[in-house]
Amino acid sequence: MKNIILNINKAFDHRIRLGIMSVLMVNEYADFNTLKELLGATDGNLASHTKALEKVEFIRVEKQFIGRKPNTKYIATDLGKQEFKKHIDALEKLIKNK
Amino acid sequence: MSSEDYLKDISEIKTLMSKSSRFISLSGLSGILAGIYALIGAGYAYWLVSNSGRDYLILEGKTFKLVILTLLIVGLFSIGTAIFLTTKKAKKNEEKIWDALTKRLLTSFIVPLLAGGIYIIIILKQQRYGQTGALMLLFYGLALLNASKYTLGDIKYLGYTQIVLGLLCAVFPGYGFWFWVVGFGFMHIIYGAAMYYKYDRN
Repeated sequence: MKNIILNINKAFDHRIRLGIMSVLMVNEYADFNTLKELLGATDGNLASHTKALEKVEFIRVEKQFIGRKPNTKYIATDLGKQEFKKHIDALEKLIKNK
Repeated sequence: MSSEDYLKDISEIKTLMSKSSRFISLSGLSGILAGIYALIGAGYAYWLVSNSGRDYLILEGKTFKLVILTLLIVGLFSIGTAIFLTTKKAKKNEEKIWDALTKRLLTSFIVPLLAGGIYIIIILKQQRYGQTGALMLLFYGLALLNASKYTLGDIKYLGYTQIVLGLLCAVFPGYGFWFWVVGFGFMHIIYGAAMYYKYDRN
């Protein structure tokens, strides 16, 4: 049981962060607005959570311009994908153990 | 967190993963209708050719133009119906009809299809008619297979079916027309109906 708890990652301990990672696991990348719509988050809320994930290097940020509009792309890093998988496995085990 | 919360997390993760990477509002009904259009078109083309005095097609002449016109009309009607019904269904599902996902879906579908279409025109110009049906089926199947990763899984099997039919058709070029009828007519109706029962009915 202790082992499982160890694999529950604090960095994912929020609905929005889990959501961001879920989307980035199955998509090559996602931009800010796509994430915002999918997760139903506000700008500020999403920005703070992406920053947190960026800080632990679970996601990578690419900023570019499309025409004159700034566009921010988010990409899951290999580390992020690994950690996310571990986290999900731990969640599943926790549920099964109950 | 309780295990119920974890369960909720997991189900939300699953929904987000499929919602962000798969367009689920493809209409099964539009598949059925496309199959019916194809059958009507094929029936008309069959009638045209069998009344033209020859039992095969040549590139020059009125019959050929009429057959091409029929093909175009069938294509346009199918695309129109698909767009109309899919938009309607997407609205109902509150899914966006034009976003990064549907753009990816369309590009992955159209690129192989267009390459195939251009290739068919090129070999028709070189007066090699025999493989037209096979190539249409084959490239359409590849296009479906390519697009299927962004949409409902059934599309993948429709793609495989068309590819197999296309290859068989290449082995029996004399039966090109009939393979075409099976692939574009009956298979659309069968898969469309299956999808309709699976996803559309509620």
